[in-house]
Amino acid sequence: MIELNKENFAEETAQGVVLVDFWGESCERCKELMPDVEALAEQYGQEIKFCKLNIQGNRRLAMAQKVMGLPSIVFYQNGEKVEHLSGEELEPAQIEDVIKNYVA
Amino acid sequence: MSSSSEVARGAVCGDLCSQGRMKTLLIEEKRKMGGQCATTSELENYPGIIEDTGPGLMERFRSHAEKFGVEFERGRVAGIEVGDDGFHKEIRLADERTLRTKSIIIATGAAPRILGIPGEKEFRGQGVSYCATCDADFYEELDVVVVGSGNTAVEESVFLTKVVNKVTMIVVHDEGKLDADRVAQEQAFANDKIEFVWNSTVDAIEGDGLVNGVRLRNIKTGETQQLATDGVFMFVGTVPQTGFAKDLIELNGAGYIKTDDKQQTNIPGIFAVGDVTDKFLRQVVTAAGDGAVAAVAANGYVEQEEYWQQQVLKSQTPVLAVFWSPLEGDSVQLIQSLEEMTIAYPDHRIVTVDTYKNQMLADRYEVQEIPAVLRFEQGQEQLRLVQPGAVELNQLFQGSKS
Ligand SMILES: Cc1cc2nc3c(=O)[nH]c(=O)nc-3n(C[C@H](O)[C@H](O)[C@H](O)COP(=O)(O)OP(=O)(O)OC[C@H]3O[C@@H](n4cnc5c(N)ncnc54)[C@H](O)[C@@H]3O)c2cc1C
Repeated sequence: MIELNKENFAEETAQGVVLVDFWGESCERCKELMPDVEALAEQYGQEIKFCKLNIQGNRRLAMAQKVMGLPSIVFYQNGEKVEHLSGEELEPAQIEDVIKNYVA
Repeated sequence: MSSSSEVARGAVCGDLCSQGRMKTLLIEEKRKMGGQCATTSELENYPGIIEDTGPGLMERFRSHAEKFGVEFERGRVAGIEVGDDGFHKEIRLADERTLRTKSIIIATGAAPRILGIPGEKEFRGQGVSYCATCDADFYEELDVVVVGSGNTAVEESVFLTKVVNKVTMIVVHDEGKLDADRVAQEQAFANDKIEFVWNSTVDAIEGDGLVNGVRLRNIKTGETQQLATDGVFMFVGTVPQTGFAKDLIELNGAGYIKTDDKQQTNIPGIFAVGDVTDKFLRQVVTAAGDGAVAAVAANGYVEQEEYWQQQVLKSQTPVLAVFWSPLEGDSVQLIQSLEEMTIAYPDHRIVTVDTYKNQMLADRYEVQEIPAVLRFEQGQEQLRLVQPGAVELNQLFQGSKS
């Protein structure tokens, strides 16, 4: 998964379908989900791009993307935000469902 | 079904199993143990732990349980059933696996209550939050609203003030009254970054991509007002997680599991502990205490039940089960007489049930008066004598074959 930050965010999300996993050190649920997202990246990485963004130091960037809560999994299509999954009870299966919509 | 009470129970059960008998499996749906406790960065009032984070304490619980040989399994429990023998139980997981066991301890806790007001779902992750630890960083120097006034709401508000510009607590009660305990209230009132709106509820959460305000309603006057805010933290209580058990286990009106003083539910051998139960105080220490009680009670249940199965229900020869109490002179006498009589009937065996220690069996066989003798053959009750006289006792030996 590609690490995003202020410098590369716009460029990396500009084309195709991109999944961004917004996470932070103090978000336990995020760290719990990460291995599952990594597994999804293994499986679907050919078709869509998988990225992650640590909100530490990138808070403004996250907020500009209208992300103000963790965990947040955001999908972009050609640079446009098309889907935002969030919440403590977010499950890998829900993420996979959305992925399937875009790979089909 | 894990977290604080569960992991603590794990530690206690592990203790028992290291003494030789019980094998303990802990089922948790999340990858990480720790339940609600693992979502708070400042854990208070767990004795002996002066300062630690929620996840920090839970990690200690976990390694304690591990040390005693507790096994861990990831899965979501979707249903539980009692087998035909009344002893074995089946746990059905969401992925269709089933597990067989003799005793279950439910510790599924509670989850934050969702109010279902307009905007709440829509702005999830875009200004609506249920976890201060997770999301506080976003609100550096910004204004937030906290909905609720219980201990959790106050503690999390105080935590938020370290980061945010201002916290406004929306409280349904009259001015000066919070649901939180006195110590927490004083903390809230003393904090000059916390403001209050009294007698009010939130009608709607509004925004454009991100939250920019809430619409409040004064429940006394009916008046509504807009309050600008960058975020809304919801701490309006929790709901017990009992969906998988509600057809089998008795719940109170609010959905919490009813238990007796051994943490046992209405189903023998199924126990419940921690936040999911009907109780006065929901904390880590009380959850862990429940866990200790349930672990010992579950161990007792399994031992008694195995003894009854082997000695009575699976016995090849007739069994005379005497329900008695050491406090009853008559019952001591009765056991003596029966023991003398079995000398002439060596294929008959006597099993005694002390109803003071084992109320469960007395309840199951509906033995209300003691002493009582139940004659079992092939696991079936054939004859029952309640407070029998000396002559009646002969009937017990004439039941079958001879
Ligand atoms: C923000 C916050 C701060 C708090 N601060 C304190 C504090 O400072 N001091 C204190 O003493 N207490 C505090 N508490 C309360 C404390 O966290 C709880 O009392 C305690 O966690 C209860 O433990 P439990 O095991 O009963 O339930 P929970 O912690 O709710 O754990 C239940 C577990 O069961 C799992 N589960 C649920 N359903 C299923 C299923 N069907 N299958 C499998 N697994 C399932 C869940 O994933 C969860 O891990 C706080 C709570 C919150 C929310």
